[in-house]
Amino acid sequence: MNTAIKSQDPLADVFTIAGRSYRARLLIGTGKYKDLEETRRAVEASGAEIVTVAIRRTNIGQHKDAPNLLEVLPPDRYTILPNTAGCYTAEDAVRTCRLARELLDGQALVKLEVLGDEKTLYPNVTETLKAAETLVGEDFQVMVYTSDDPLIAKRLEQIGCVAVMPLGAPIGSGLGIRNPYNILSIVENASVPILVDAGVGTASDAAIAMELGCDGVLMNTAVALARNPVLMAMAMQKAVAAGRQAYLAGRIPRKRFASASSPLDGKFF
Amino acid sequence: MQITVNGKPAVLPESSTAQELIQRLELSGKRIALEVNGTIVPRSTYHSHQFHEGDHVEVVHAIGGG
Repeated sequence: MNTAIKSQDPLADVFTIAGRSYRARLLIGTGKYKDLEETRRAVEASGAEIVTVAIRRTNIGQHKDAPNLLEVLPPDRYTILPNTAGCYTAEDAVRTCRLARELLDGQALVKLEVLGDEKTLYPNVTETLKAAETLVGEDFQVMVYTSDDPLIAKRLEQIGCVAVMPLGAPIGSGLGIRNPYNILSIVENASVPILVDAGVGTASDAAIAMELGCDGVLMNTAVALARNPVLMAMAMQKAVAAGRQAYLAGRIPRKRFASASSPLDGKFF
Repeated sequence: MQITVNGKPAVLPESSTAQELIQRLELSGKRIALEVNGTIVPRSTYHSHQFHEGDHVEVVHAIGGG
């Protein structure tokens, strides 16, 4: 494990992405909220230090004085992680990252995702690899969304991505961690942070990802579309922290049969 | 001079600059990024970057997303 600090002090348990240390292992997306105020409250309740945003055309002539997302989530308080959501080719993803770098005053950190089709939003791995190579070559710091294939995850690390983010299940599906053994293999082989990105539906899913040894979890829909997004954000923060502590504490092995918790000696019956 | 801004046609005076377009779109001081024909135009060069007939301009900002 790259940055895992085996410590009982939660303040000392940080992970590092592209040279910067973070305490919050829950990363949160800002899409699908009712309005910017709900976005702000949910992000705050989640304790996230890294928040994702999308890059889109300005609405020319509309909402001239409407508040901007980055006024609600100021880049001096949060690490703003621009994504390439909606891109289906390496070319579009690279173009989006270049615009994001200009938008964020030269920030190199980006979340790369290149999708395959609209029904599954499954990552297009060949285009993802191509885009990752170009972006790393242009000195971007790439956190990459990918499938849960351990070989591809390793390849993305070798290309120079600063974090690899396999899906737990399709984006927005809420199906949870469908292939924990693949996530485990990815974690065990990694020397960069591994974050589960996509698929989490509720708090226990986030805890499972962390118990597997992931460095963090990135989610959006599970919080944004919960009946009470702010409350779910709080639950997710606790679940991520609990899963992390359980991972560090080390779970007992599974056994088929029972093992009594009370001593057998001294029985009077 | 006719150019395309975010997919829509726009007519600008000859040798208009990026800075003039941004002012016209009431985006001065906003956190945006500008791309012309697929190439980034850095903020520091808005005042000197002149458009040409048929340019494809994209003006983007950050919105909510996962």
